[in-house]
Amino acid sequence: MKRQQTDKIARIAITIVAALVVIPIILVILFIIINGIGTLSWEFFTQPPGNGMKEGGIMPALLGTIILTFGTAIAAIPLAIGAAIYLAEYAKENRLTRWVRIAIVNLAGIPSIVYGLFGLGMFVLFMGFGTSIIAGSLTLGIMTLPVVISASEEAILAVPQEFRVVSLSLGATKWQTIRHQVLPQALPGIITGIILGLGRAAGETAPILFTVAAFYLPELPRSAFDQTMALPYHLYVISTQVPGMPMDVQYGSALVLLLLVLSMTLIATVVRTGMRRKREW
Amino acid sequence: MTNDKIAVNNLFFTYPDGTEALSNVSLNIAANQIFVLFGPARSGKTTLLRLLNRLSDLLEGARHQGDILFNGESVFRRNANVIELRRKISMVFAIPTPLPGSIRQNLTYGLRMAGIKDKVLHEARVETSLQQAGLWDEVKDRLDTSAFALSGGQKQRLCIARSLALEPEVLVLDNPTSGLDPLSTAVVEESLYDLKEQYTIVMVPHSVQQGARVADVAAFMLGGELVEVCTADKMFMNPQDQRTEDYITGRFG
Repeated sequence: MKRQQTDKIARIAITIVAALVVIPIILVILFIIINGIGTLSWEFFTQPPGNGMKEGGIMPALLGTIILTFGTAIAAIPLAIGAAIYLAEYAKENRLTRWVRIAIVNLAGIPSIVYGLFGLGMFVLFMGFGTSIIAGSLTLGIMTLPVVISASEEAILAVPQEFRVVSLSLGATKWQTIRHQVLPQALPGIITGIILGLGRAAGETAPILFTVAAFYLPELPRSAFDQTMALPYHLYVISTQVPGMPMDVQYGSALVLLLLVLSMTLIATVVRTGMRRKREW
Repeated sequence: MTNDKIAVNNLFFTYPDGTEALSNVSLNIAANQIFVLFGPARSGKTTLLRLLNRLSDLLEGARHQGDILFNGESVFRRNANVIELRRKISMVFAIPTPLPGSIRQNLTYGLRMAGIKDKVLHEARVETSLQQAGLWDEVKDRLDTSAFALSGGQKQRLCIARSLALEPEVLVLDNPTSGLDPLSTAVVEESLYDLKEQYTIVMVPHSVQQGARVADVAAFMLGGELVEVCTADKMFMNPQDQRTEDYITGRFG
């Protein structure tokens, strides 16, 4: 009898703990939606900020974040997928492999402000890109690497070994096997990792602080060497740096950022389930 | 000696963990015959098959000694073209493994990887290979549907056809009827008789009985050693070695 009771209590306790995880997320989202939804309008998305940022919209910041996300993708994806293929398919247990793995783990653990300072030193100053979209994208790209590498490696390793053996036995080279069997089947997992990584990059403030983000810049960037406003930094600025800032503009901006990041997660989920369903094995 | 398609000379093979899988194996396989390699589990049959076209390379850290000659040339020679070798000595595995994609895509995979883009040639090979494997009538109207929709027996015949589409010289079959029902097994066995006109077939059978049904020449392996190799009639009617006789008559296995 006692065992059954303990079992029951354990189940209830664990269910409650699990539910507790969901509550903060729902609260945050609800809170931001309720406070910010009233601000959303056509003008809010299409106008630059005006009157000391107290009025107008967030268009340059939103567009800047979208541009930076694409830049991050360009910087991170080839490197990350290359590293994942190396680790999953080519790596032998040697010193280089160990170093690569240690580097990835450590990249994942570095605080984002450190990336920001590294980006300032490396890309803005040393490589002379100045405070620019290219410097910001590269900084965010490096920060995104570990997420995409880990997800891609896992997806590649999940492709059953038989397909590789069959492909090789039919006279395909190793690269043909990777290109025609492994990568197509790992693609859902790789895409998921990319979108999740980019979603995180899109919401980061610290890495863009010194590398690209402009405090106030109503016109749009003309080249990769221009500065741009960005949504997370804009939110930080209007929340802390502008006296007398109306709350609803702050919540409206927060809501847009939240929607942007959540929608990327949602897309990742849809892509993954859609492609998994199409899978035959 | 000169007529041999494949000659295995004093072959030893050691797995990465140090287990010796083959010990001093020597045998000759003549062209256009069905050579059956049988013996209990872990006797080295599959290991030997995988060495023939160097799929054994996939085992990192494994070592071999001795040599395998294919058309008189060592498969281990320094400038051996392993990719080409695998096209000429084509392997069918115990578990039928279609690649993701249609029946047609499976059949043309090897050709496409070899850089052969000629659609007319693809069409011809698809039909010929399916007919040789006894599958044409069943799938000719659905070549562009998924290969995974086929039954187990059909999948295995597809895998045989996929190897044949490369027009190899040697067809290596590792227990190709392991998961098949008796009827599918009979169909596969029947196609083997026709195939040996054109190909050399090396096969690990599902059972001693199957070995006796299809073999021209048979080799009995035990614990990584070759016990006996001779014509099938002699092997299954009048084996020379006591161990062979014990195995064939079911005293162990």
